[in-house]
Amino acid sequence: MTDISILDERKKQIFTKGNDDFEMKCESQSVSGSVSQRACVFCGSRVVLYPIADALHLVHGPIGCAAYTWDIRGALSSGPQLHRLSFSTDLRETNVIFGGEKKLYAALTQLIEMYKPKAAFVYATCIVGVIGDDVDSICRKVTEETGIPVIPVHSEGFKGTKKDGYAAACQALFTLFDNFSPNMDEKPKFAINILGEFNIGGEAWIIKEYYRRMGVNIISVMTGDGRVDDIRNAPLASLNVVQCSGSMTGLAKMMKEKFGIPYIQVSYFGVEDTAKALYDVAEFFGDAELLKNTSEMIKAEIAEIHPEVLSIRRQLEGRKAAVYVGGAFKAFSLLKALKNIGMDVVVIGSQTGAKEDYKTLKEICDPGTIIVDDASSLELAKFIIEKKADLVIGGVKERPIAYKMGIGFCDHNHERKIPLAGFEGMLHFAREVRNTVLSPVWKLFPARNEVKKESSGKAA
Amino acid sequence: METNIPNRDFTQNACKLCAPLGACLAYKGVKGAIPFLHGSQGCATYIRRYLISHFREPLDIAASNFSEASTIFGGGEALKTGLLNIVRQYSPEMIGVASTCLSETIGEDVPLALRELRISKGITGLPSMPFASTPSYAGTHADGFQAAVLSMVKTIAGADKPESIEQPVVNILPGMLSTADLRHLREISEDFGLKPVILPDYSETLDGGPWAEYQKLPSGGTSVEEIKCMGASVMSVEFGKVSTSGLSAAEYLEKEFHVTARKMERPIGVKATDLFMNELSHASGKPVPEKYEKERARLIDSYVDGHKYVAGKTAAVFGEADMVTAICGFLSEIGITPVIAASGDMSSRFVAAMKEAVSDFDEKDIRIIDSADFRDIEEAVEELSPDILIGSSKGFAMSRKTGVPLLRAGMPIHDRMGGARILQIGYRGTQAFFDSICNTLIENMQEESEIGYTYI
Repeated sequence: MTDISILDERKKQIFTKGNDDFEMKCESQSVSGSVSQRACVFCGSRVVLYPIADALHLVHGPIGCAAYTWDIRGALSSGPQLHRLSFSTDLRETNVIFGGEKKLYAALTQLIEMYKPKAAFVYATCIVGVIGDDVDSICRKVTEETGIPVIPVHSEGFKGTKKDGYAAACQALFTLFDNFSPNMDEKPKFAINILGEFNIGGEAWIIKEYYRRMGVNIISVMTGDGRVDDIRNAPLASLNVVQCSGSMTGLAKMMKEKFGIPYIQVSYFGVEDTAKALYDVAEFFGDAELLKNTSEMIKAEIAEIHPEVLSIRRQLEGRKAAVYVGGAFKAFSLLKALKNIGMDVVVIGSQTGAKEDYKTLKEICDPGTIIVDDASSLELAKFIIEKKADLVIGGVKERPIAYKMGIGFCDHNHERKIPLAGFEGMLHFAREVRNTVLSPVWKLFPARNEVKKESSGKAA
Repeated sequence: METNIPNRDFTQNACKLCAPLGACLAYKGVKGAIPFLHGSQGCATYIRRYLISHFREPLDIAASNFSEASTIFGGGEALKTGLLNIVRQYSPEMIGVASTCLSETIGEDVPLALRELRISKGITGLPSMPFASTPSYAGTHADGFQAAVLSMVKTIAGADKPESIEQPVVNILPGMLSTADLRHLREISEDFGLKPVILPDYSETLDGGPWAEYQKLPSGGTSVEEIKCMGASVMSVEFGKVSTSGLSAAEYLEKEFHVTARKMERPIGVKATDLFMNELSHASGKPVPEKYEKERARLIDSYVDGHKYVAGKTAAVFGEADMVTAICGFLSEIGITPVIAASGDMSSRFVAAMKEAVSDFDEKDIRIIDSADFRDIEEAVEELSPDILIGSSKGFAMSRKTGVPLLRAGMPIHDRMGGARILQIGYRGTQAFFDSICNTLIENMQEESEIGYTYI
């Protein structure tokens, strides 16, 4: 059907379960000239810090980086909306020649005066790294003058991958704990931080409500619906619960080292993983009442959504899905959630997975599944077509690939507006998948008709 | 009139995009072409994401994926490797190369790298590789677009007339139009019996039908062969007078190949469309087809039907300077005063173009904001309370805050279906635009009325 070839340099990043010796080459720079779906270091930092709603986010660089990240995420705030504005020093040619430090200083002081934020994050972009502006010293100076933390985020795009941007963001968050030494005797009971949860479509609110019902206190969510003061109090927690492992495990490790707070990795996506996450937290505290509350709540929540999920499952049974997402941990949960609604995963991959992640993926997927790291758009198209997927799960850049071929699509990145986390999120997810996979519009598609004929009427 | 060039140290909610985005869009209008950015991965991905959300079509942009090492030691090798990888995977007919902030700042010599690649041993069959220098600290996406168009003409155009084509050939350099506008331009020119070479034409590459087979590069677009012959055309029509800082593509073709350059505002409104029709009539030696006479008559008829809804109304228009200028010209034709004309572009020609486009310019009190961001525009809107906002979907937040209705036009339109194919040019496009303006005002009137009239 298609003559798409794989670049030699990429062959060690693509495997089929059951067919190959499995040794994924990953966590490396994208091949030059491959149309990778990845973004850059800046993107990684911006994603993590974006939802802190009472902070000023100033992009230091020419206009593009700020323009493309203006209010693109579905990260909701219950209060301030400062994070939804796009600020840039909008460097011009003279700044590039003579340096942008003066402009950065002026922009920071003016913006802090205007908006009175609780903190400011200054994102250093590619050319700032090249022209050598001393962003750190400007930030220190403005911190002294204004009294709010002004934090440099070293997110120069060329310095690595999106993952390095996560690390830069964790580093920036960690500086919020400077001069903070919690009194261990004053730690609140059953208190946790949630790390790597970004309140897309209000997901943090769903999860917080579960914990409230269980009897667990949340000190901070990082960074969904984030507030600087909450985050600064994070060391008061007894446990860090890390959802997006790729982005926030780094911070959890730093907090463990400095404050002795242990962490666990969880996922709130899908019934199975959500239940496990909540039980894991309850078991950590080991309180009988907490465990009882947790168990009752989970049973009630599952009972609530189960009949409709089951009905959707009957409609989707045997359909095939291709999953390509940012972080690998999300891919694990998606795989389970898709099985839950009767679908087989035939392609699975991530932009930033680590070796261990791919080993896990291999264990939990079915034989014949293609596993791919840092796919290009052409490769994705090739696998989706070859494997005759009925559904693609990805982000905005993957969507048109699916649609052009007449294949359903479900958005699972930061730009979506529907919450997919927790039990009710699972229901939203199941409905969305059903609505796209079973849409009658595909019947008008030439490519899909061909597939239907080949699969000899298996599809409804 | 009052001009206002903000002088501040930050931009809040930019009313512009970066230059490489403009270049990528222009390159997408060529058949079998793939844009290639010399810089870090993020630029290509962000630009793809942004354009995909506007056009809702697949859109591949390659990059040399700068690493720290390329930044320190030079990215020439990464560029060559990347270009060869693209040739291997996509077999393109053209690779449209553009620089980014990063490669410009470290002083990469892209033309040299391209020459070296061409003379490398054993490498044959390389496609055309025009290069546009597009550091975004020195211009906006409008500048990047024009730079890419000029680079294609400079690199590819010659004066060999194709023998197979009998009808007169006109070059049309439309600027950043919608896909429906581009299709309509072709239709109009062909109705005159002309063969148009529209550069760029992304009307199919970024607005096509479903695929039976996966297309590595979507079909449609101006072919490299057509560009090769642009120096032999009878005339070049170029829309927009603002967003070119140096020589424009039409001016270049005139200088190099003596192809008469006609520069005009994009044809929105009766007057501007008449001018365009006259040029095509002149080039073809044929009168304006009856079809368009009828469309023109219907349009004027509707102007009369709707004139009281628009009379005395005021508007704020924002976006690329060339679009803003053309829309302001049209608004003044129907009796709406554009009290705010704002563009994120930085061009000394904006005011002059506005003066030419807007009738009775000196008698009107128009605030022209150059290098505008949405903070500037919103402040002006709060002060001057226009009746309608016309511009990209990025004006939505301002519209919601100020309560002034927004009519979406230009790019990007991220929150509506069909935003990329709004027809706005020619008599037919003006008709649709006029109706939308009237209806937006009527709808607002209804919403604000306590009674809510159903018969208006």
